[in-house]
Amino acid sequence: MGSLFRSEEVCLAQLFLQSASAYSCVSELGERGLLEFRDLNPKVSAFQRRFVGEVRRCEEMEKTFTFLQQELRGAGRALGPCPDNPRAPLAREALRVQEQSEQLAQELREVSRNRASLRGRLRELRQYLHVLREGQRFTSLSAPLGSPVRPRALSEREPILDPSLHQHLDRKINFVAGVIHPWRVSAFERLLWRACRGYLVASFVEMPEPMEDPATGESITWVIFLISYWGEQIGQKIRKISDCFHCHVYPYPESEASRADTMSGLHSQIQDLSVVLEESEQYLAQVLDKVVLALPTWRVQVQKMKAIYLVLNQCSFDVTEKCLIAEVWCPVRDLTQVQDALRQGSYKSGSSVECFVQRIPTSESPPTLIRTNKFTAGFQSIVDAYGVASYQEVNPAPYAIITFPFIFAIMFGDVGHGLLMFLFALWMVLYENSPSLRQASNEIWLTFFEGRYLILLMGAFSIYTGFIYNECFSKATVIFPSAWSVAAMANHSSWSSAYLATHPSLTLDPNVTGVFQGPYPFGIDPIWSLATNHLNFLNSFKMKMSVVLGIVHMGFGVLLGVFNHVHFQQRHRLVLELLPEMVFLLALFGYLVFLIFYKWVKFSAANSLVAPSILIHFIDMFLFTSNADNLPLYRGQVPVQTVLVVLALASVPVLLLGTPLYLCCRRRAPRPGRPAPVAAGEQEPLLEGQEAGNSVNATKEDVESGGHSPDAEHLDFAEIFMHQAIHTIEYCLGCVSNTASYLRLWALSLAHAQLSEVLWTMVMRNGFVRLSYAGGVVLVPVFAAFAVLTVAILLVMEGLSAFLHALRLHWVEFQNKFYVGAGYKLCPFAFAPDAWE
Amino acid sequence: IFQVLLGIFFNVHSAVLIEDVPFTEEDFKDGPERIYRLYEQVSYNCFIAAGLYALLGGFSLCQGRLNKRKEYMVR
Repeated sequence: MGSLFRSEEVCLAQLFLQSASAYSCVSELGERGLLEFRDLNPKVSAFQRRFVGEVRRCEEMEKTFTFLQQELRGAGRALGPCPDNPRAPLAREALRVQEQSEQLAQELREVSRNRASLRGRLRELRQYLHVLREGQRFTSLSAPLGSPVRPRALSEREPILDPSLHQHLDRKINFVAGVIHPWRVSAFERLLWRACRGYLVASFVEMPEPMEDPATGESITWVIFLISYWGEQIGQKIRKISDCFHCHVYPYPESEASRADTMSGLHSQIQDLSVVLEESEQYLAQVLDKVVLALPTWRVQVQKMKAIYLVLNQCSFDVTEKCLIAEVWCPVRDLTQVQDALRQGSYKSGSSVECFVQRIPTSESPPTLIRTNKFTAGFQSIVDAYGVASYQEVNPAPYAIITFPFIFAIMFGDVGHGLLMFLFALWMVLYENSPSLRQASNEIWLTFFEGRYLILLMGAFSIYTGFIYNECFSKATVIFPSAWSVAAMANHSSWSSAYLATHPSLTLDPNVTGVFQGPYPFGIDPIWSLATNHLNFLNSFKMKMSVVLGIVHMGFGVLLGVFNHVHFQQRHRLVLELLPEMVFLLALFGYLVFLIFYKWVKFSAANSLVAPSILIHFIDMFLFTSNADNLPLYRGQVPVQTVLVVLALASVPVLLLGTPLYLCCRRRAPRPGRPAPVAAGEQEPLLEGQEAGNSVNATKEDVESGGHSPDAEHLDFAEIFMHQAIHTIEYCLGCVSNTASYLRLWALSLAHAQLSEVLWTMVMRNGFVRLSYAGGVVLVPVFAAFAVLTVAILLVMEGLSAFLHALRLHWVEFQNKFYVGAGYKLCPFAFAPDAWE
Repeated sequence: IFQVLLGIFFNVHSAVLIEDVPFTEEDFKDGPERIYRLYEQVSYNCFIAAGLYALLGGFSLCQGRLNKRKEYMVR
């Protein structure tokens, strides 16, 4: 029996691992990804566990790796994915990895530090050079000291004072030269002026090339300033002010010659420094290369190691401290594989004693495992989103593969839109192995990509229902010739020219010969799209179709419960629950379906005037009245209906009281004689209480609990009774409301059809208005608008809405007939490929 | 592609598309010929639009390929 029908058998097993080979055994098991480990030390804190030292070591290594990665990113290099799949390293390998990584980190740190200092020095030298150069420009313009007074137009750019003043004061001129941030220039100038009151001359000029600001790292055009002053106190003031403004002050040599010397010295220093800097950059690049090569593998290795140690922390130690015991959930089918893995692990670690696995019985409910392939995974995930199947419960996913796209398609039916959807999904499926599609970071895109088979099927089914509804972008396609003939009507009936002139809307009467030539072979006749009472006809058809489909779907759901009852050895439920449920459903709503089909078959256009209304009959059935105007559908209709209603009403108390009474009797009968079945009987109500009427998330107390004293028996009986009452009420009321809920199939298909029609008439039709050849050009943007709106509104919005409603129908109406969904998934210990950053 | 199909359907005087053809009251006079002419004109418009779209598509394809090559050349 395939595993998709029902979850696999999972057993609890104990692994006995030798201390020496424990690490490699767990590594082997992790590579294969078979088992889920249970935590045997839940009360021990993380710091007191056995292998906490190793875990800490792994975390330190990870810290080093993060530092290396940051350095890489700072240098603008990207880290590629790990090329192969390295296994978890053994102890000495791990040590080697740790040493190497730390050494690399150390080297990187040193090199970066050196580089930073070299760069700073280079920057200072360059700034000094610029200062000298610019200052030279000014001071070389000056008249030599002591020259005679010459009338000169004072300009702002002249740094040197009027020689007359200089002669007057007869002091030595000193200079302060430096570099200042351009934003602070005006404040600096103002402050200087205010503080020194004209005993200085300052000039500012921008540096020809921008340079890096050491603090912020951005490149700024610095401003060089040259202040010539005289007087010691002024000099001190100036220096203090420039300190406050965070300027770099450089010594400015007085004479021309010393300036030239300093400049040449600076040149040579800068050159040397550049060479050294270049070499250090090369060395840095080499180190980074090494890191890029080694880092991905190390990361994977250390992650695996950490995972293994975390798992080993969950095991408990044997009394003799030689053996680790681990409890695992293991699928029964894989037990041999597990044994094989253990053997390989022991062999690799070179120990002589083998580890082995042993199955142990358990009363807890094991986790659910359903193996899926890439096609079924999408459908299984939408079922699991409601609730993971309880252990060994029947899985609704294989039926959802067909019913879900079909119900979606009923709400979406349009050939054109279905075709677009199908092509889109086909593209995704054909290119599913391309890495650009798989590794996209957009979450919405990933959601669509995961469901590509789902969308493929939905598109295919939509094309089918589109053909049935005969809608292609809201236009009907005439594949077969239409069965209605206007010519016959015009010729054979009382249509005269006068009649045609006065009546704008005409009726084609199918009773006139030749007008209606039989039903259309497949789907709805295309002439309906030209008729004004198109919606009247379609509404009636779609409503009845929705109800029929709903009853079939729900009936199928109830039937699926059979498998559950048989598997869990609860055959009494077959009679006491399934039978009344089916009777109720079929007697009332199955009869409705029968009426629909009967009326479709029995009544034709000839007696359409006297055709009875099903709705009124149905209402009368419940009220036990009858309406004289409404003719009966067949002879003996009234007694048949009475019988059915009585049957349905009778099935309700059977559903309500059947199971609890049966359980009560069974428990009470053998109790005085045999105490043994008591335990079995006590296990039962737990399982009952879990499955009868519990909703999506059952708590852990429901899933696992041991036996209980007989004193609690009365309490249990009340609980069972209550559960059963809830279940009965839910079922009966649910039948009515859920049937009506299926009418959303009709509503949404109507909405879709109307939306596409509106889009066509309001958008596309405007493109056909112009008859000249310019109309062709006009058609281009009109069609573009039509296409965009189609995709955005009709495909995406309607598609999502129909998807949602189909999902809701599945989850609520279908699955609450038989599905409990209180299980939990088996999460095997496996080294999943991680997503970086 | 859509425009080509539409053009074909209009050319074949499909009855379903009757509401899309712009007609006036007087077109109904001399028999269905005028209506057919109208149909055909609309279909020619559709074909023109299809042709324009094909041109646009080809143009954008060429541009895309040119740009890709340019990227390689700049490197």
